[in-house]
Amino acid sequence: MTAVIRTAGLTKVFVSDWKRTRTTAVDRLDLEVGAGEIFGFLGPNGAGKTTTLKLLLGLLRPSGGSAEILGEDPRGLAHRDRLGYLPENPYFYDYLTGREFLDFCGRLCGLAGSVRRERIGRLLALVGVEEAADLRLRRYSKGMLQRIGLAQALVNDPQLLILDEPQSGLDPAGRKQVRDLILELRRQGRTILFSSHILADAEMICDRVGIMSRGRLVASGRLDELLRARVRGVEFQAEGLAAPARDALRGRAAIFLEEGSRVQFTLPGDETQVPEVLALIAAGGGRLLALAPQRETLEDVFLREVQAR
Amino acid sequence: MRTRAVVANTFREAIRDKVLYNLVFFALLVMGVSVVLGKMTLGERLKIIQDVSLAGMSVFGLLIAIFVGIGLVHKEIQRRTIYILLAKPISRRRFIVGKYLGLMLVIGLNMAVMTVALLALLALFSPTGIPWGSLVAVVLILVELMVVTAVAVLFSTFSTPTLSAMLTLGVWVIGRFSSDLIRLAARSESPALRGLVALVHALLPNLEKFDVKHLVVYGMTIEPSYVAGALLYGLLYIAFLLGLACVIFERRDFK
Repeated sequence: MTAVIRTAGLTKVFVSDWKRTRTTAVDRLDLEVGAGEIFGFLGPNGAGKTTTLKLLLGLLRPSGGSAEILGEDPRGLAHRDRLGYLPENPYFYDYLTGREFLDFCGRLCGLAGSVRRERIGRLLALVGVEEAADLRLRRYSKGMLQRIGLAQALVNDPQLLILDEPQSGLDPAGRKQVRDLILELRRQGRTILFSSHILADAEMICDRVGIMSRGRLVASGRLDELLRARVRGVEFQAEGLAAPARDALRGRAAIFLEEGSRVQFTLPGDETQVPEVLALIAAGGGRLLALAPQRETLEDVFLREVQAR
Repeated sequence: MRTRAVVANTFREAIRDKVLYNLVFFALLVMGVSVVLGKMTLGERLKIIQDVSLAGMSVFGLLIAIFVGIGLVHKEIQRRTIYILLAKPISRRRFIVGKYLGLMLVIGLNMAVMTVALLALLALFSPTGIPWGSLVAVVLILVELMVVTAVAVLFSTFSTPTLSAMLTLGVWVIGRFSSDLIRLAARSESPALRGLVALVHALLPNLEKFDVKHLVVYGMTIEPSYVAGALLYGLLYIAFLLGLACVIFERRDFK
């Protein structure tokens, strides 16, 4: 995996001017995002996600450690032709129309007029604000601004996209559209780093995630590995169990349901207990109908990691 | 082209702002009033028209320079549009210079409108043809406004709009009355005060250089060498101010 983003011990301390208080917003962060992946940067509000993104964009200067983006120093200019960025709650020049705004962004990227015209038309259609293209941005709804924000991040056809809360302010249909768009962008070979606190969205599209809490990266890895790592409990269904075996299992179960000769129960703990329980069922004259380990959702991982600290 | 995009956008923002039109309207109104005033003072009409019109151009230009100037950079930060801009392949230096040039374009256009109005008034009311000396005064007012705008941009790279406005206005007042300050300080007993005033005088722009209104009004000739000197002084000072603004802006964090 070639890394397009790499940080080592990246730290940002904010010192307030008057009170002389120091806040560590990002604390010794080691992060790697590989080419062509969707990386979800998760964490509660105030965890340091946006600060990290701003360090990667060169909007902030690090207090310590180092960061590299597309092989360059974040504060340089060389890589910015290959980079797209959507800030959190974007707010644009409200005196411009959507089309004028995208044209301005295209000019800032040094695109020729013919390239801009062709691409802007395509992007307006892609994000679905074609009809509003010639309205001033002050008349746009929050969701439309979010879409035009995505369009401006794509105006230079970037290799790497950094999206800060791309789904905030969108309704469920809009969120799905953004999800599909992100997947499509990855299919085209781009790398996407996005921050979010909407875990369900992240769970659906990310290859890897990093969970931040109070400035530190508390968990990171492939989503499937993070989720496979822990089994919360195992659910069993059986029938024809003798009473003593039933009672023994009822005593251990978190949930125990009976319906005639059928029982359904969930035992807390991981899958190592399965052989023993199967033996118990067999000994009680029962027959196993179903067995399902209950894996953690991203939310479980998230809450555990964040609350542990 | 990237700087030009910033210039054009700054210009467009100002042009679509109604405040600007109000200011231009009032400036033209002042010129109109000068005609009425001129009527009341026999024989002095032309002097009054020139005096009041040039003063009006200077004051309204100053208002635009300060109040649009201080917001130029700050608005982008406050509205968080700066994040989008600075993530694009444009350097912070170009951004500052582009912003400055965009506002200068607005002020230049504004001055052009007022100059046309002034020339029309002069053509109407001057029996001996247009006194072209007024144009020299207009050019120097423009240079003064360029300096003041650069001061406003410099302050706005690191402080709030209110503070920037006060500081810029302070620089303008001191710059406009620097020789009076020197004279006052010369009478002072305290060498510390005299030293301080001399230092302030040396550091802040001497805006009196750009004020030739009194000469124009009384029909005196202004030496081309004087105008050239004032222009050079103004341009060097602007380069210094913008250079400093760029250095500060380059180092800034955007929380």
